[in-house]
Amino acid sequence: MLAARGVTRRFDDGTVALKGVDLTIADGAFVVLLGPSGCGKSTLLRLLAGLDQPDDGRIIWDAGAKPRSGEIGFVFQDATLLPWADATENVFLPLRLAGRSLSDSRAEITELLAKLGLTGFERTKPAGLSGGMRMRVSIARAMIGRPRLLLMDEPFAALDEFTRHRLQNDLRTLWQETGMTVVFVTHSIYEAAFLASQVVIMTPRPGQIATIRPGIEQTIESRRTDPEMVALVGAISADVARMMPTS
Amino acid sequence: MNSERWAPILFGIVGLMIWQGAVIFLHVPAYVLPGPIAIIQAFFADWQSLLLSLVATLAIAAASLFAAALLGIILALGMAASRWARAAIQPWAVVLQVTPVVALAPLIIIWVHQQFLALVVCATIVGFFPVLSYTAAGLAATPPALLDLFRLNGASRWQIVFWLRLPSALPYFLAGLRIAGTLALVGAVVAEFVASSGGFASGLAGRILEAGYRLEIPRMFAALALLALAGIAIYAALGAFERAILKRVGATSL
Ligand SMILES: Nc1ncnc2c1ncn2[C@@H]1O[C@H](COP(=O)(O)OP(=O)(O)OP(=O)(O)O)[C@@H](O)[C@H]1O
Ligand SMILES: [Mg+2]
Repeated sequence: MLAARGVTRRFDDGTVALKGVDLTIADGAFVVLLGPSGCGKSTLLRLLAGLDQPDDGRIIWDAGAKPRSGEIGFVFQDATLLPWADATENVFLPLRLAGRSLSDSRAEITELLAKLGLTGFERTKPAGLSGGMRMRVSIARAMIGRPRLLLMDEPFAALDEFTRHRLQNDLRTLWQETGMTVVFVTHSIYEAAFLASQVVIMTPRPGQIATIRPGIEQTIESRRTDPEMVALVGAISADVARMMPTS
Repeated sequence: MNSERWAPILFGIVGLMIWQGAVIFLHVPAYVLPGPIAIIQAFFADWQSLLLSLVATLAIAAASLFAAALLGIILALGMAASRWARAAIQPWAVVLQVTPVVALAPLIIIWVHQQFLALVVCATIVGFFPVLSYTAAGLAATPPALLDLFRLNGASRWQIVFWLRLPSALPYFLAGLRIAGTLALVGAVVAEFVASSGGFASGLAGRILEAGYRLEIPRMFAALALLALAGIAIYAALGAFERAILKRVGATSL
């Protein structure tokens, strides 16, 4: 289990990105962070990953549960790839840093790239890939090490609706198969409702948690239009509307 | 073919024709301003000595460029490695850059007895600054998310430097190198001028001075033209080198 306890993050310029955030993330949960731009979602992900430290409060791991290097996968908001490396080499990076060889890993990488619809682009450098393809390479890079904790910052925002649907399904399936913990940031209420085991709705300036809603146990492709799903989308929409300033 | 590519050449030819015409019709004496034809004749009258001098100067410039590249990278890496090193190095690099090499050259020529080496040191002082400042800027401009990614995967300091920071700084380094190339040539010639008072005369600066003493103005122009062409050639060659490497690694020029 991973938890944020009273986490506050104040930047040097005085911006309070997060204030007193309390959030418990159970092992194997699929937590979706939903909130307006600038409410501190990316900041919270960086804190959870240990890439940044809170000014107040703490990030707590269960005894012995703290992931070692390479056990956290991170999909950044922009697909930051190495421009001089092709898709395969980019996905290989975490394994390379873990001391593995490319020849041993190539088959595994090719398979993962195929799963993400990138067959034929294994040797293409980022400049030759579209924005959505770059994002998919970056997703593959985060997953190749079979992370125990996968942090994803709006990974599907730049994708077309078709690819997005497919990847949402794949991610959901993968999560169910592997039992990994996922923290997923999105702007889409629908995406949150479809993916989450837990929806966390945040308010901006300073970033705080407004509501936490349980997600739906079994979401599969065929249930995207289920009454249960539609009801959850409606409930989240109501939560969001409540946050808006009344005029 | 892009007609703009030929614009400078056409402009040059027209200019040379006007120059030649003016020299003929206004009866300008060759010891004041020789026409292009006289300059070309002067070059062919003495081409062996001029080309040998050019080679001597180019050797100094090339050695300095190499030294400047090496020195620039090493200092930039030092500056990227620690804030302390950055604070220590930066002001001295600026001091070296703003001190005219003409003023430093006599000292260096006294200190460094080997003449070629002394000249290389002078030209390196002129050339290393752009490499240093561009490479340092490149090392500092590594995308923060990639740094995060490396740290998240337990990368060591050296892995971050060699697998991430240096490759990201490559376009910056190459842009600095292109500028350093022409500066190294300028530095070499300036140092040669200073050294010539001590008897060094194998470079192009020696030819220019010598022609000046003897009032062989067309030969002086021939040496000058050679120098200008060498500068253009160095700039173009380094530009082509830059594009070739960046194309290979799939990055774009600055
Ligand atoms: N390094 C930083 N220095 C100063 N302020 C920062 C820094 N990083 C983020 N902020 C500020 O903190 C607040 C939260 O930023 P954050 O990137 O976490 O928002 P976000 O919820 O991810 O927004 P978006 O949905 O647009 O990505 C913003 O007001 C931002 O300007
Ligand atoms: Mg963000």
